[in-house]
Amino acid sequence: MARPYLLLSPAILSLALLMVAPVVFVLIYSFWLRTAEGLDVPAFQFGNWVNFFTDGFYWRALASTFKTALITTVICILLGYPTAYFLARAQIRNRGLLLFLMFLPFWVSYIIRTMSWINVLGKNGFVNAVLVGSGLIDEPMKLLYNDFSVIMGLVYFMLPYMIINVYVSLDGIDRNLESAARVLGCTPWQSFREVTLPLSLPGLGAGSLLCFVLAAGSYVTPRLLGGTDTLFFPDLIYEAIISQLDWPFGAVLSIVMLLALGLVIAVYNRFMNLSDVYRSFAR
Amino acid sequence: MTDQKRYERLLAAVQSGDIDRRSLLRIIGATAAAVGVTGGPMGLLTRKAMAAGVESIRFDGWGGIVSEAFHNNAFPQFTEKTGTKVVEGEFGDTDEFISLVKASQPGEYNVFLVSGVYDYFRFIKMGLADFVNEANIPNLDKLLPATLAAFRNESEGKLAAVPFDYGTTGIAYNRKYISDEEAQAGHKLLWDEKYKGKIGLYDGFQTRAWMSSLYTGQDPQGATDTAAMWEATRKQRDLVLKYWGSGQEFIDLMSKEEIILSDGWSGRVAFLQQNGHDIGFIDTAQAGFAWIEGLMVLKGSPMEAAEQLINFCIEPAVAIAIAEGQNYPPSLDPTKVELTEKVKKLPGFDPTGKFDNYIWEKASYWFDNQDAYKKEWDRISKGA
Repeated sequence: MARPYLLLSPAILSLALLMVAPVVFVLIYSFWLRTAEGLDVPAFQFGNWVNFFTDGFYWRALASTFKTALITTVICILLGYPTAYFLARAQIRNRGLLLFLMFLPFWVSYIIRTMSWINVLGKNGFVNAVLVGSGLIDEPMKLLYNDFSVIMGLVYFMLPYMIINVYVSLDGIDRNLESAARVLGCTPWQSFREVTLPLSLPGLGAGSLLCFVLAAGSYVTPRLLGGTDTLFFPDLIYEAIISQLDWPFGAVLSIVMLLALGLVIAVYNRFMNLSDVYRSFAR
Repeated sequence: MTDQKRYERLLAAVQSGDIDRRSLLRIIGATAAAVGVTGGPMGLLTRKAMAAGVESIRFDGWGGIVSEAFHNNAFPQFTEKTGTKVVEGEFGDTDEFISLVKASQPGEYNVFLVSGVYDYFRFIKMGLADFVNEANIPNLDKLLPATLAAFRNESEGKLAAVPFDYGTTGIAYNRKYISDEEAQAGHKLLWDEKYKGKIGLYDGFQTRAWMSSLYTGQDPQGATDTAAMWEATRKQRDLVLKYWGSGQEFIDLMSKEEIILSDGWSGRVAFLQQNGHDIGFIDTAQAGFAWIEGLMVLKGSPMEAAEQLINFCIEPAVAIAIAEGQNYPPSLDPTKVELTEKVKKLPGFDPTGKFDNYIWEKASYWFDNQDAYKKEWDRISKGA
């Protein structure tokens, strides 16, 4: 009976040390006090938590973050599904090469890739240069340092995660099922709607969860591409810890973020299957 | 010829314009003929560092051109002379650096570039700094008394940092769109509706509170109506394209003309001007303030090696070379040290060394208000 636990002990120990212990420390920190000098004093008081729950600003920030993450996820679905479908179904010889090319940008630092959007969307950037140069517009459009550029940057980062999840799901569908549907009188669209789409939903769900969680937890993209009206919760955690040197309150915000995303994952697991997320990477 | 003589001759050659400063340092590095290798007043460095048994010392500074200036003009030469390797780090702002220091073990971070007496004061109050033995830094004699006094006043006469350079925060504007005459409006320009979406501002509570105090007709270091001050900041937010967080970001935004008007730092403005951008800069009392940067020592550092590094960095030849690289005038006393024409032309440079027309920050004011101001500013910057 003890044998499975013995075999699992390295994994349990790793999780306990690398995941559970740091979170427990952060939770303990959230009850500490901060002095005027910016030093932290061990204590057990709920002042930091009361501050959070009684201040609508933080709730607005959480709502704004989730809204942006949701928009990002929807765009990733709209762009990612057709791409994955093409990769899975097209009669091409170099499918592996295309998948490899999709992940090639990951060899470059995420920060560099995010910053490159400044040169693409800027006032004198590529997009405006083309539009102004071709006479389509007279004045450069304001594409940078607003919610549009933040979502653009997030979609760019998350899209491969969506594509690979959907691709794995589509690739695993037995083609005979689609053929059978066609034989039974389905149009191509009906075949897709009644057979392919439902069977690929686990991959779509897994991709959506990954996109949502990563987008909501993103910090670099909003900071680099966001403007004066960009309100992102991870940015508030940064401000609390780095700028205000208020680590106890930063700990509160961190725990809230963890719980909020944990809730999203729990809801997903209730309706879908969380193991689909791992399966994508196991294939 | 002794190494000391050789060093003096090299300096003379630089001062007469026979060789430039960069070449001087290359020669020093290449031939090991300068101070410290076998003799001279700094010859003690080698033996001292070796005796201290310090293999490396960490230095952290602002990134971009500032770090480059130290990297190119000081550290390799220091290592050459003393055998002590300088491990270089960068930080985006002082708050970020304090967080790193707070989370580290004593001695992990050693010497860093502290910006202004307010930040100096914070490190002292938090117990993160250590005091130098001035007797081990003979080059202190060559520094401006006013800059030394500025730090000493915040730490009961002792020094935890040695003044290194100074600069100003002022208003930078693109002359292609804004004339010098118009720029005379000073801080008011940053609220001009005409430039909506073309303004950038520093993402720092101190600068924001300072400018907004000026705008609301209050003492920038003694605002009594803080509600009006922050309301002005909110009003201004609608005009702003981007609150920039680092000097490098400011340079990027200005050079690409994403913004044409911003508050900015004199050294970064100089860099833009030197690179062909027609950027004007005003740092009068109605447009900004001045600050001193210093080389500060953190608790747990190998003090002897830190003092040697500081003394080396304020050696006139080195300090001037760094000043030319990073575009901030050195804290060297112009009545004792001959500065170069390039330094004399830097924005913010005071030829008298008395700083009569400069407005310095009051550390206690900013320290007393930092919590309330930071919290309010962080909210405003996020749209609240």
